[in-house]
Amino acid sequence: MSDTATTTGRAPSVYVPSTEALATVLAPGERPAPPGPLSASLTFGWRAVLKIKHVPEQLFDVTAFPIIMVLMFTYLFGGALADSPRAYLQFFLPGIMVTSVVMITMYTGVGLNNDISKGVFDRIRTLPVWRPAALVGMIFGDVLRYILAAVVILAVGLVLGFRPDGGLPGVLAGIGLLVVFSFAFSWVWTFFGLVLRSEKSVMGVSMMVLFPLTFLSNVFVEPATMPGWLQAFVKVNPVTHLVASVRAAMAGATDATNTTWLLLWSAGFVVVFGTLTMRRYNRR
Amino acid sequence: MSNRSTGLAVEADGLTRSFGSTRALDGLDLRVPAGAVYGMLGPNGAGKTTAVRVLATLLRPDGGTARVFGHDVVTEADAVRARMSLTGQYASLDEDLTGAENLVLLGRLLGLGRPAARERAEALLAAFGLTEAAGRQVKKYSGGMRRRIDIAASILNTPDLLFLDEPTTGLDPRSRNQVWEIVRAVVAHGTTVLLTTQYLDEADQLAGRIAVVDHGRVIAEGTPGELKSSVGSGTVHVRLRDAGQRPRAEQVLRTTLNVPVQLAADPVALTARVGEDGTDLEAGAQAARALGELARAGIVVDDFSLGQPSLDEVFLALTDHPAVAADDRDDELEAAR
Repeated sequence: MSDTATTTGRAPSVYVPSTEALATVLAPGERPAPPGPLSASLTFGWRAVLKIKHVPEQLFDVTAFPIIMVLMFTYLFGGALADSPRAYLQFFLPGIMVTSVVMITMYTGVGLNNDISKGVFDRIRTLPVWRPAALVGMIFGDVLRYILAAVVILAVGLVLGFRPDGGLPGVLAGIGLLVVFSFAFSWVWTFFGLVLRSEKSVMGVSMMVLFPLTFLSNVFVEPATMPGWLQAFVKVNPVTHLVASVRAAMAGATDATNTTWLLLWSAGFVVVFGTLTMRRYNRR
Repeated sequence: MSNRSTGLAVEADGLTRSFGSTRALDGLDLRVPAGAVYGMLGPNGAGKTTAVRVLATLLRPDGGTARVFGHDVVTEADAVRARMSLTGQYASLDEDLTGAENLVLLGRLLGLGRPAARERAEALLAAFGLTEAAGRQVKKYSGGMRRRIDIAASILNTPDLLFLDEPTTGLDPRSRNQVWEIVRAVVAHGTTVLLTTQYLDEADQLAGRIAVVDHGRVIAEGTPGELKSSVGSGTVHVRLRDAGQRPRAEQVLRTTLNVPVQLAADPVALTARVGEDGTDLEAGAQAARALGELARAGIVVDDFSLGQPSLDEVFLALTDHPAVAADDRDDELEAAR
């Protein structure tokens, strides 16, 4: 029995460092010029794609979670807030799409925090590449997740009876605006991912920011029904501008005021939190 | 590839760095000659990792200056990064990705085209005996394999200076030997290696010069031979059958070796340093003479051994305090925050 095992089992291959083999890889080659900012960022984005390939479970939060959100709120509020869930969906779908995607932006911070605690960040930070590339690439990967989540929600919505008047171009424009904002907003989480000590605290802070931001908006109900002080907050909330813009786009219209505000907010997030993030990233 | 003006790979002057109330670096000076292995020896929390992180541009010093091949690590960080690489204590690759993917990714980030990056990855995997494991996720690698792929990743750009932070801590003896062989090959090809270690014999085996680090400062520096001669190259440990013979044994050892003899808490044990002049040969001869004299005096010896001075003994000799593993390893980890 044991004889058979020895002959059929794979011989334990013991690695013996060979001077010749090492010599070939140690011969100083030409040092290529480091990649440009875009190329480096895309390479880091490719890393994110490879991670999705190896750990597909991480797509749970951009597939199952959004489906649950759509179903839950459509049937919970539909009858009460509109004539029927189906009628409510016409108003509600762009909003719940925004809510779901904005909520999952927090995983940017969680993922970054995880990278740091594992030590892979040390190697990345000693590479002679454009400094923000690692973070930009990481967010590129997340953008793919945002698009996937948006498409999943759209599909569920279409099945339940959502009919956008803007057709395909309107829907694409809406998702485009959502992705622009989410990319910008992700920089808030890269900052917290660098500053906070653990994955748990990143999650905690994210929830504290995201719940008021998404619920105190025009996602679920018309702000006209709210008390004045709350309306004041809802009015300046970037999520409100985003939802209004996406709603308009999907309905085949343009809401120039809200879209302008949305783009200003997005630029602001990148400038402020992008700068804070990079300062923190370089400072250590 | 060395800095022509000085021939130094690393020059650090008065580096300081604190984490909260802990002074991890407290005026560290370092001169690392190019083209050899330089060892930083010290217990956990001595500041070795912090020093490496400062030199590798990961951490800014609070005070002092450091240059790598003449480039300041703070103001010319990119020039430093282009010439060095770091293998830290913790897995410095993406554990979710395969070994091959990690290397291709790094190759691309260093500016290689896709085919060149793939080719380089394959060559490295082959040279490090990882071809079979190329398609496996790094998190499924054994400790020794992980170390090897970490080092492979670090020489992807054939750096002029390679930092190895405790490269063999936690490895079995065979993997440790493999790492030593790799380090020797790397140095033979002109790369300067700065390695930190807690093991005197590792520094002894590999390094041309050693800096002993304690409480964020270099407390002794020199070739392994110079250091050992300050400590004695070995220690004789004796265990007797009969505790009653210990006073007599102590007398014999003292007169034969001409050194103070320590009486251990164990009533049958004695220790003495030998080879104060620093030669291993002399230490062996002295030990043999001591054993002979003990037998001649009719003392029954159950156990007799000659060992290298441990890090503890080196520390004791250099600092008059044992090598306490300070609990500020967490502070060093904090550096990663």
